[in-house]
Amino acid sequence: MNVIVCVKQVPGTNEVKMNKETNTIIREGAEAIINPFDTYAVEEGVRIKEQTGGKATVISMGIPSVAELLRQTIAVGIDEAVLLSDRAFAGSDSLATSYALSKGINKIGDFDLVICGKQAMDGDTAQVGPGLAEKLGIPHTTYVRKIEEIRKGYIRCQRMTEDGYEVIEMPLPAVITVVKEINEPRLPSLKGMMKAKKAEIRIMTADDIGADKDLCGLKGSPTQVVETFVPVHDVNSEMIEGTPGEQVKRLAEKLLSMKFMTVK
Amino acid sequence: MSGIRIIEESCIGCRLCVKACPFGAIRMDGRKAVILDNCTLCGICVPACKFNAIDYEKGPVSNAVDITKYSGVWIFAEQKNGVPEPISYELLGAGRKLADDRKTRLTAVVIGDKLSDACEKLIAYGADEVMAVEDGSLAVYNDESYSDIFVQMIRKGRPEILLMGATTYGRSLAPRIASRINTGLTADCTRLEIDPADGKLLQTRPAFGGNLMATIICPNHRPQMATVRHKVMKPLEPDYSRKGLVTRPEVSIPRETSVKVREVVKTIFEMVSLAEADVIVSGGRGLGAPENFKLINELAEVLGGAVGASRATVDAGWIEYNHQVGQTGQTVGPHVYFACGISGAVQHLAGMSSSDIIVAINKNPDAPIFKVATFGIVGDAMEILPLLIKEFKAALG
Ligand SMILES: Cc1cc2nc3c(=O)[nH]c(=O)nc-3n(C[C@H](O)[C@H](O)[C@H](O)COP(=O)(O)OP(=O)(O)OC[C@H]3O[C@@H](n4cnc5c(N)ncnc54)[C@H](O)[C@@H]3O)c2cc1C
Ligand SMILES: Nc1ncnc2c1ncn2[C@@H]1O[C@H](COP(=O)(O)O)[C@@H](O)[C@H]1O
Repeated sequence: MNVIVCVKQVPGTNEVKMNKETNTIIREGAEAIINPFDTYAVEEGVRIKEQTGGKATVISMGIPSVAELLRQTIAVGIDEAVLLSDRAFAGSDSLATSYALSKGINKIGDFDLVICGKQAMDGDTAQVGPGLAEKLGIPHTTYVRKIEEIRKGYIRCQRMTEDGYEVIEMPLPAVITVVKEINEPRLPSLKGMMKAKKAEIRIMTADDIGADKDLCGLKGSPTQVVETFVPVHDVNSEMIEGTPGEQVKRLAEKLLSMKFMTVK
Repeated sequence: MSGIRIIEESCIGCRLCVKACPFGAIRMDGRKAVILDNCTLCGICVPACKFNAIDYEKGPVSNAVDITKYSGVWIFAEQKNGVPEPISYELLGAGRKLADDRKTRLTAVVIGDKLSDACEKLIAYGADEVMAVEDGSLAVYNDESYSDIFVQMIRKGRPEILLMGATTYGRSLAPRIASRINTGLTADCTRLEIDPADGKLLQTRPAFGGNLMATIICPNHRPQMATVRHKVMKPLEPDYSRKGLVTRPEVSIPRETSVKVREVVKTIFEMVSLAEADVIVSGGRGLGAPENFKLINELAEVLGGAVGASRATVDAGWIEYNHQVGQTGQTVGPHVYFACGISGAVQHLAGMSSSDIIVAINKNPDAPIFKVATFGIVGDAMEILPLLIKEFKAALG
């Protein structure tokens, strides 16, 4: 079975600090990594290919340097990596991203399953998976924590919910987004690393995938960021001193006086 | 061609933009800033520049619609077994305000089976109209049938604003719908306001794990869609004497869906889910051993709250992943969050720092959790927890 995994490059940390003097953001360690959730998607894709035969491909939309990052996925068993890279894609929101990825995936063609991470660590939107499924015109299931059965034309999987899970069946091709519970990603093998080094990463432009540039990037993005700011948490921290008995008594008094309990 | 450009004459080389860029996409070349090609056009640098030296040319967008043809505020009222979920009331609270500001109507859309009680409640909580689609086949949420029905309703009803919960279902349904009708969708909003100048919806949301807030608009497409976080919007006091209209929109209900929900399994049997809880008691590796989670469970039970956990304990197999709070777990916002034996790593804080009151219990006085704590107790959780349980049991009878 052929699987395509969507992988996004994100900044290696999302810690944003405020410079009190200049009132600006200080960002540390801007080194780029593969979105942590996507490593589970990669692992699942490789496992399916190993179990059923076929091919596992990763696709990413990003700047040229992402190509190097995609080698990491080849080191853990991905057969081929495709990078959609074009200035026309810059400024994409989740709708434009879904569109571009759908064009890229259709260009790769002949796939049974598309796997995305649950969400990206920078934007945290979790919108690209379902949005992409819609653009591809195929069904989707989010928050998949286990694939119970997969064969040509059929998947049965468990979707995590707030208080448990659901068992969902879909025809293939389909899109799933996965949570980290689904597997434990493997480490790269020596052989894999050798292969990754030599691998050729296919770079495709908007023209290569036949994307309408009006639907890509900033032009194809209905949403616009108008303002950003660092939230201020005014915490009046109060340390409660004393013996454990005294600490507990005083804490309980404070909380009870604030009427913090659920109103039933 | 749209893009961001440094106006060299105005740039004084102060580096403010370099510091502001979350993507490390601006560098200094001598005394001038240059934009690198990993720029995502997010625009954060533009207001950061105090010298108006960054030009952001947005260019026309595609697929714009005639926005004057859209009116009304809609919310998606999630329900289980005919009972609206708390998020539905929160959305009505937020939607009521927006509808009043826009001088328009507030409509709740509810899809399911046996909905008459739900309709009544939704009106009591602020809806002017409830559009109910009722059918035996819709009793359980299904991505395919729900999105098909919803899209038909949107195409006919043309709301200008559509709010959904940032719940498991809402985060699956909303992007599917937005993608079909080609409109914008802002995820996980924590603040919604009408711009008094032009009536646009200002949607504010956390990004980068809550370290940065972004205000987003959707100026040329309709509806303006947003998912809204649990517990941030306040429901109205229900008023059962409120009058409202219940309508049954004419839609075609898919008879056979390709997506089939075979089983719905409950594994968490608490009274309240993490997302909805007013009180959360969370345990970390400081508990020392998995069996000590029973103290966490007990305190949560006494307080009618839910049980949370740090990733370290989930990774160690002490507790199920559904309980994990934080960047790779759930985002929560209870009135009170008890962090017991949790160090307070940024990834954990990302999921809980918006709680109203944070109580930290930790042996190490330098643990970062104390920086965000409203009340801190330096001490052994194994000693404090049993005392707290006793104290609250006595106080609450
Ligand atoms: C990409 C990424 C995503 C992540 N996502 C998440 C996430 O979603 N959620 C999350 O929680 N973490 C997340 N993490 C992990 C996070 O960085 C921390 O490793 C984790 O939160 C630490 O858990 P902890 O506080 O339980 O354990 P520790 O860091 O080991 O802290 C234990 C604390 O307990 C205290 N202690 C010890 N004994 C006692 C005692 N008897 N009484 C009281 N206190 C005691 C110690 O002083 C210490 O502060 C993520 C990490 C990465 C890299
Ligand atoms: N630029 C991109 N390239 C490839 N995959 C992406 C991209 N953006 C998002 N995705 C996929 O969609 C998932 C959800 O991302 P998001 O909707 O941005 O939170 C990610 O985990 C990826 O699998």
